[in-house]
Amino acid sequence: MQNHNCCGLCSVTLQDVHVTSGKDVLLNHIQLQLHCGELTALIGKNGAGKTTLIKSILGERTYQGAIQYKDYHGNDIAKPKIGYVPQYMDFDRSTPVSVADFLAAARGKIPVWWKICKKEKTEIKNMLEEMQCGYLWHKKLGTLSGGELQRVLLALATNPVPDLLILDEPVSGVDAVGMDLFYRRVTELRDKYHMAILLVSHDLELIREYADKVVLLDKTVIAQGDAEDVYQTDAFQKIFGYGNKEAATWK
Amino acid sequence: MEMIYGVLEGLPFSMFEYDFMKNAFLATLLIAPMFALLGTMAVNNKMAFFSDALGHSAFTGVGLGVILGLQNPLISMVCFGILLGLMITKVKSANMASADTIIGVFSSAAMALGIVILSGNGGFSKYSAYLVGDILTIQAKDLVVLGIVLVGVYVVWALLYNHILLLSINRSLAASRGVHVVFLENVFVVMVAVAVMVAVRAIGILMINALLILPAAAARNITNTARSYHFMTTGIGLFSAIFGLVLSYYKDTSAGATMVLTAAAMFAVTYFIGKRHK
Repeated sequence: MQNHNCCGLCSVTLQDVHVTSGKDVLLNHIQLQLHCGELTALIGKNGAGKTTLIKSILGERTYQGAIQYKDYHGNDIAKPKIGYVPQYMDFDRSTPVSVADFLAAARGKIPVWWKICKKEKTEIKNMLEEMQCGYLWHKKLGTLSGGELQRVLLALATNPVPDLLILDEPVSGVDAVGMDLFYRRVTELRDKYHMAILLVSHDLELIREYADKVVLLDKTVIAQGDAEDVYQTDAFQKIFGYGNKEAATWK
Repeated sequence: MEMIYGVLEGLPFSMFEYDFMKNAFLATLLIAPMFALLGTMAVNNKMAFFSDALGHSAFTGVGLGVILGLQNPLISMVCFGILLGLMITKVKSANMASADTIIGVFSSAAMALGIVILSGNGGFSKYSAYLVGDILTIQAKDLVVLGIVLVGVYVVWALLYNHILLLSINRSLAASRGVHVVFLENVFVVMVAVAVMVAVRAIGILMINALLILPAAAARNITNTARSYHFMTTGIGLFSAIFGLVLSYYKDTSAGATMVLTAAAMFAVTYFIGKRHK
């Protein structure tokens, strides 16, 4: 397994995370540890609980169990910063909100319908510039292409540098070249800022290329390890319908 | 109050000879900006049908006020509006049926219940003023209530707007930035319920939703940023309300409906301007 700059100390630990909805068990006693400087890919079939797990981490869903964030010294981080890039944005595309409005609303307290101060504008331009999309700052959010939106979202998710970055891979709107660029950018961020990254993806090939660790989910963690190991398990074969030999031919 | 009356009397409009017209005019100055702010977000969130349901539920609020023997049914209207809004939000979040269906069920049930209560003794016609509204019956104490709600909406908009906006764009993203999503959804619903109820007697159950939605819908055609959207919505809202009131005075028509017609005309104008600049 690649180890980049993981110190092995700071981590995000899911302890016995359990989620139910009525009589249905959505997540069954999940035990999972995500390390800093590591890109962990979460895979599983539809309905395996990937979205529920993310919503639980984001605090959008109530769960039993605990999610703990530890810093470099092993101390608890009381208010962890979480960066999140959603899978899709189902807002009304005609909404009059510029990229600068959107970013300033997410970052600051001054209501953006009143004003965005100069300092904030400069910072927004800089963080977009870092994603090679500085020219987007004054555009209407609803007019961005899938790839542009993804870069804006990644810029936001990594400012300020989060303790955990969650990426919900878009299923449409971004072409293969765009996806490759996106992942390269993500791995750069991982190495530069030493953050833990959790990625939900359906693209097993990209995962093999970029993920440090793969977690196979079906209500609970049924396999984890590096991509090659997980792709060889019976559980993987049962869920995805093919073994590692076939997966290897994609290379 | 006397001072404001004095200023209005100094204006060269014959309609300001009457105290009820002065009150009506001041009411439009309070209602229009309040509805403009809430309207921008109601349209962002595709909640036009929801606010319509709240307006309809005013009947039940009035009915409950009658049953409880209240002199002024405003309290029962506001309480029932808030309750209905929160109930719709709660049931919607269970994802058992589509939002449209759930709002439809609550809306029709609330309106039917109100009509059943109010028509109980064969005296429904007494309350039909609520349907089309009567801005000329607004009194000084109603203006105070409208003023307080307007200030309240502005305070919430100053403190919580950024979070409300983020929530309207993506719920999970808002949650990831530490926004209390459920709390905020409820705050917005309560605000819309209160604003609709304090204004419904002036504007009318049938027209109130249009006045909430139309100025924002018109402004969207020609704006690209949150700031221009807000100022344009407030401008169109104020223009529609004042122009509608003046026109209704001289043409002797329903004030609420004339305001809505003006706003609808504004929508048509901005639609064509927006289309041309696309």
